[in-house]
Amino acid sequence: MGEIIKVGMADLKTCVSPNGVTTLGLGSCVGIALRDPVSKVGGLAHIMLPDSTAIRNSQQNIAKFADTGIEELVRQMESLGARRGRIVAKIAGGATMFQFQGRTNSTMQVGQRNVEATKKKLGEMKIPILAEDTGANYGRTVIFYPETGEFHIKAVGKPESVI
Amino acid sequence: MAELSLEQVTEQYYDVLREIGNIGAGNAMTALSQMLQCKVDMKVPQVKLLEFSEVGALMGGEEQIMVGVFLGVEGDITGSMMFLVEQKSAKHLINKIMMGMATEGEAFTEMELSAMQEVGNIITGAYLNSLSTLTNLCIVPTPPALTVDMAGAILSVPAIEFGIFGDKILLIQSQFFDEVEIDGYFILIPDVDSYAKILSSLGMSV
Repeated sequence: MGEIIKVGMADLKTCVSPNGVTTLGLGSCVGIALRDPVSKVGGLAHIMLPDSTAIRNSQQNIAKFADTGIEELVRQMESLGARRGRIVAKIAGGATMFQFQGRTNSTMQVGQRNVEATKKKLGEMKIPILAEDTGANYGRTVIFYPETGEFHIKAVGKPESVI
Repeated sequence: MAELSLEQVTEQYYDVLREIGNIGAGNAMTALSQMLQCKVDMKVPQVKLLEFSEVGALMGGEEQIMVGVFLGVEGDITGSMMFLVEQKSAKHLINKIMMGMATEGEAFTEMELSAMQEVGNIITGAYLNSLSTLTNLCIVPTPPALTVDMAGAILSVPAIEFGIFGDKILLIQSQFFDEVEIDGYFILIPDVDSYAKILSSLGMSV
């Protein structure tokens, strides 16, 4: 087994098989695992917000947003030998961590908006989503192996699942 | 009034929140002490401005199980606030309130969660009260929501709010103890329009 590279919040990392990538405690953020099955180049982005263009402040961390984060991850994977036309995706996260009775505002729905923005961006880049485990109300820890494409998901009080 | 740069506001805002945090956490501990009817000692709260990646480590790792109480803030200012406490500490607090009737082990019963929600309510209420007194602004908390999950997942909620302005999160670490040491964390998250209101009500020119 290779090394497991850790991705923080608002961060992204690439890796090449046999290494893997992980991010711990995804809440309303979304973890986007990308992989080129031929070159076995993979990567994981942990995005926090849907849209970089909705934020005025420009000198931002691009890994923070779904749109710029996915673009940057693909760019870095390409420089490691991945081909864009072969890249496939699996996504997890986007939970609603707190349920308020009768109250819905933008803060509460940010998880859902992150998932939607992620799907939109992947769609624009013609990257197919092979599997997802999104929404609900609990946090997830994920580990992704570009060798097999297995995306392991752990949550508190639940058995580990592989998508 | 000159056009505010977000960077400037953020600088001032952090300084102000530091002060508010100290006073708020002190008030919250007094309220807790009254509720538990015992002496609660408290260390000087630490106000920390952290990178997103550092927050999980402070609380014992992103996968550390925490209890998070989250509520909205309405009135003259709007936003939200969170109180976090480590799972074992939460159990200890609950046991105190339930006169030693709390269950063993890691899981929480419905009754225990309800008790914890009440603790969260009182602690955050006292915190916001002191903010209201300091600023002379009307601040009304909405009923809290509670969750038990990994620190990273709970913190994603305030982190996302701070993420709109920058790459750091401001939190107040408050250590208190009766027989055992308890680590609690306060995070206040005013909406962007509320920055100026808090600052100007404290006599800072914006």
